Amino acid sequence: MLLLAGCGRAQLQPAGPISDAERTILLDSVVIMLAIVVPTIFATLAVAWWYRSSNPRARRQPDFVYSGRVELIIWSIPALVIIFLGGIAWISSHDLDPAQPLPARTAPLDIQVVSLDWKWLFIYPKLGIASVNRLVVPAGVPLHLMLTSASVWNVFWIPQLGSMLYCMNGMADTLYLQADHPGVYRGESAMISGDGFADMHFNAEAVSQDQFDAWVASSRSSGPALDDAAYRDLLRQSVPAHPYTYSSVRAGLFADIVMLRLPPGEGPSGGVASVRPVGLQ
Amino acid sequence: MTLLGKLTWQAIPLQEPLPLYSGLAVVVIMLAVAAWVLAKGYLPYLWREWITSVDHKRIGVMYCILAGVMLLRGFIDAIMMRTQQAMAYNAPGFLPPSHFDQVFSAHGTIMIFFVAMPFVIGLMNVVVPLQLGVRDVAFPTLNSVSFWLTAAGALLVNLSLVIGQFDRTGWLPYPPLSELRYSPGVGVDYYCWALQISGIGTLMTGINFVTTILKLRAPGMHYTRMPMFCWTALASNLLIVAAFPVLTATLAMLLLDRYVGFHFFTDTGGGNSMMFMNLIWAWGHPEVYILALPAFGIYSEVVSTFSNKPLFGYRSMIYATMAICIISFMVWLHHFFTMGAGADVNSIFGIASMIIAVPTGVKIFNWLFTMYGGYVRFSTPMLWSIGFIVTFAIGGMTGVLLAVPPADFQLHNSLFLVAHFHNVIIGAVLFGVFAGYIYWFPKAFGFTLDERLGKWAFWLWLIGFWVAWGPGYVVGLEGMTRRLQHYDVAEWRPWLLVAEAGVFIILLGIIAQIAQIVVSVRTREQRRDVTGDPWDGRNLEWSTASPPPSFNFAVLPDVTDQEPYWDMKARAREIGQLTRPEPQYEPIHMPRNTPTGFVTAFFAVITGFALIWHIWWLVLLGLLGAYATFVVFAWRDHDEELIPAEEVARLDRANRAARAAALAHRQLRRESQLESRE
Repeated sequence: MLLLAGCGRAQLQPAGPISDAERTILLDSVVIMLAIVVPTIFATLAVAWWYRSSNPRARRQPDFVYSGRVELIIWSIPALVIIFLGGIAWISSHDLDPAQPLPARTAPLDIQVVSLDWKWLFIYPKLGIASVNRLVVPAGVPLHLMLTSASVWNVFWIPQLGSMLYCMNGMADTLYLQADHPGVYRGESAMISGDGFADMHFNAEAVSQDQFDAWVASSRSSGPALDDAAYRDLLRQSVPAHPYTYSSVRAGLFADIVMLRLPPGEGPSGGVASVRPVGLQ
Repeated sequence: MTLLGKLTWQAIPLQEPLPLYSGLAVVVIMLAVAAWVLAKGYLPYLWREWITSVDHKRIGVMYCILAGVMLLRGFIDAIMMRTQQAMAYNAPGFLPPSHFDQVFSAHGTIMIFFVAMPFVIGLMNVVVPLQLGVRDVAFPTLNSVSFWLTAAGALLVNLSLVIGQFDRTGWLPYPPLSELRYSPGVGVDYYCWALQISGIGTLMTGINFVTTILKLRAPGMHYTRMPMFCWTALASNLLIVAAFPVLTATLAMLLLDRYVGFHFFTDTGGGNSMMFMNLIWAWGHPEVYILALPAFGIYSEVVSTFSNKPLFGYRSMIYATMAICIISFMVWLHHFFTMGAGADVNSIFGIASMIIAVPTGVKIFNWLFTMYGGYVRFSTPMLWSIGFIVTFAIGGMTGVLLAVPPADFQLHNSLFLVAHFHNVIIGAVLFGVFAGYIYWFPKAFGFTLDERLGKWAFWLWLIGFWVAWGPGYVVGLEGMTRRLQHYDVAEWRPWLLVAEAGVFIILLGIIAQIAQIVVSVRTREQRRDVTGDPWDGRNLEWSTASPPPSFNFAVLPDVTDQEPYWDMKARAREIGQLTRPEPQYEPIHMPRNTPTGFVTAFFAVITGFALIWHIWWLVLLGLLGAYATFVVFAWRDHDEELIPAEEVARLDRANRAARAAALAHRQLRRESQLESRE
C-alpha cells in the first residue's frame, strides 16, 4: 500500500524543502521564458502568413533590410531576459548548493550512500546499521548524505526530495536533503551503469521518529553483519531480489571505499555479464 | 587462434537472432546492390565519376547519401527503443539489457557522427565553393580522403552488428563503465576506432574548409559580402579544427587505458574519471554548434530567398554567429552540474550557457524581419524553416531551463533532457539539412523535387516529432531517467505509448521522403531546371548551370556587392539582356580524379578492424598499405587535367542561352501584363 502511494510522484509533487525550492525555480524560469517565446512563435506565424506572396493587402518593403532601432530591440530583449534569468541562476545556485547544510533545529542524520553493481547500499554510520535498496529516514529531519560509488558511476536521485548528484568511485559528494512528511518516495539511478541499470531503483521511506527508532532497533537485532566478506559479496554484479538490512557495519567501511583501500566492483566475469531476467522481482 | 587475435566464431551472435538477422539482411542488401551494379555494368562509371572523384559537388552528394542511409539505420534503432519502452512496463520487452544498451549507444553514435555530421558537411561541400565563386575546395584530394574515412567509420560501426557487439555504455563512453574492467568486450573498441578514423576525416574537412573560406574567394568577395551559409560554415569549421583534436586525444587516452594498461581515467590506478567527462564535453558542446550553425546558415539562405528579400540585419547575423562560435567553447560544464562542483562554478557556467540564447534569439528575430515586408512563398524549404523556428523556440527554451543549475538538479539525465536535445537536434539540425537538401537538390542534380510529397514529409515529420518527444518532456517531469530497459511506474506507460505512435508518424514522413525522391527521379524530364535558378535565388550558386560543370564557373565572377547574383539579375532585367558580354574563354586546369581516398579508407577499415580484434600483423599490414597509398599519391607526376577552351565555351554558352531565353520570356510576359493592364 505504501508502495502504491509512492508511485508516479515526482519533481512537481515536492515532499521536501529542496525539491520545493527547485520546483519554484523551474516553474518561474519557464514562465519568464514563455513570456518571450510564445509571442515570438505567434509573431513568426503571423508575419509569414500576412506576407504570403498571394496577399494583396500586405505592404511590401523589399528594401527593409536593416534598422538600427530594430537591431537594438532584438538584441536587448533576449539580453534582458537572460540578465534576469542569470540573476535567478546565480542566487538559486548558491541557495540550493547540494553541499549546503539545511537550516533546522534538529541535528542532521548522517547517511553514507554507496552505489554498487546494481544495488544501493545505505550505511547509517552513527547507528551502526546498513540497508540495501531501501532508504528509511525520519520525516522532518535534515539528511546529510555522503555519496560514493564502489564501481561505475551512478546518479543518486529521489525526485520528490530534490537534487540528484553523481556517485563516483574514489570520491565522496555531499548532499543535503529532507523529507517533510511521512511517505514513500521513489529513488533511482539517473546514469547508465550496465545491464542491471533499470533495476537500480529503491524506495525512500520517510517515517515518524518513533517508527524510525523502531526500524533501527529491529534492524540491529536481525540480519547479517556487513563485514569485509559480506562487502565482497556486494561487489559482485547482481540485482537483489528484495531489500534487506545489515545488523552491524564494519567501522570505517565507507572511508575505505572512498579512499580505494577496498577493491572496486568486480565487473562482469568471463567477458559477458550474465543477469537474470529482470523487472519481475 | 592467436593468428586472429580475439576473433573467434563466438563473435558471430548466433544465439541472438535479432542482431544476426538484421545484420545479415544488411549484408544481403549490400551484396544485392553490388551485384546489380556489376550486372548492369555501372562499376566503371561509379569508379570513374564518383568513387575516385575529387569534385566537391560529387563528394558532397556522397556525404548526403551516406547520411541518408545511416539515418535509416539510426531510425530503426529509434523504433526498437520506443517499442521496447512501450512494451517493457513490468515486463522484459523484446530486447534484453545487453542488446538494448547497444541499440541506444548505436542510435546516438550514428545519428550524431554518421547522419548529422555527414549531412551538414555534405551540404557545405556542394554549396560553399559555389557560393564563394570558386572552382573547388582548397585541397580536393584531401576532401575525398575525408569523405572515405567518414564512410570507413560508418562501416566499422555497422560491422559490429554481425561481428562482435557494439558499445553498451551510451553514445559517450564514460569511464569507469567503458574501462576494460566493466566493458571487457569489443564494443567500446568498435566505438573508439570508428570515431578515431572518421574523426581524422572530419578534422581534415575542417582544415580544408577553413582554408577554402579564408583563402579562396572570388575576386571582390570580401568577408562582409560572403553569404550567411559561408559564414556559418566558417564558424562551424573553426570549431571542428579546435574541438575534434580534443575528441581524438580523449579517445586515444581511453584506448591507451584499455589496450596497454594506462590509467588516465581509472580511479584505482591514480587516474581520474571526471577528467574524461570534462574532456569529452570540451569537444561535445562545440559539436552541438558545429551541427547547428550551418543549419542556421541554411535557414538564412532559405528565408531570404523565399521572402524575396535580402537577409535582414546581415552584419548582426555575422556577430551573432561568431558570438555563438566563441561562447560555445566556454559552457561544457553545464553537461554535469550534478557532479558536485561548487555553486560559483555551476552558476558561472550556467549563465555562460544562457548567454548563447541571446545571439540565437537575435537570429530568430532577424529571420522574422527578413519575412517582414517580403513576398513569402511556402515552398517546402520555407515550410521546414518556419517549422524549425516554432519547434526550436521551444527546444531553446528548455535548453535555457536546463542551464539553470537548480532546475538541472531535477532534470539532468531525465527524459526531459533527452526530449530537449532531440528537440534541438531534430528541430534545428535535421529540419535544416532537409530544408537545405530540397533547396539545393536542383543545383546538384538539375531537377527539382516533388513539392506535394515534400509537404507531406514535412507535416508528418513535424507532427511525428511532437507526438514522439512531447511525451518525453512529460515523463521527464515524472522522474523517468533515460536508457531504462524496463520500468514499473504506471504513470509513464501512456506517454511512452504515445511516443511509440509518434515514431511511426515519423516513419511515414521518411517513407514520404523516399517516395519524393523516387517520384521526382521518374518525372525528372518534366522538372528539369533549365536556367540553373529554380527558386529565384540571390547568391552565386544560382548563377551556374544545374548541375554545374566540373569547373563551376567559366570565368570567376566579379563580386561587387553582398548579393552578387541578385544584382546581376536585377540589372539584366533592367536592360533586357545578360549583363556581361560573352567572355574570352580559356582552358581550365582542374585536379585529376584519384583513388587515394578510397584506398586509404580501405586500409583504414582493415587497420581499425584489426585493432578492435587485436590482430596485430593485420594492423601492421593496414598501416603499411595506408602509408604506401600516401607515398604513391605524393610521388604522382600528373595531377591536373586540362579542360579545353572549346569545352568551357560550349558549356557556358548553353547556360547563357538558357538564361537569355528565360529573360526574354520574362520580358515578354511583363509586356503582355502591362498591355492587359492598359
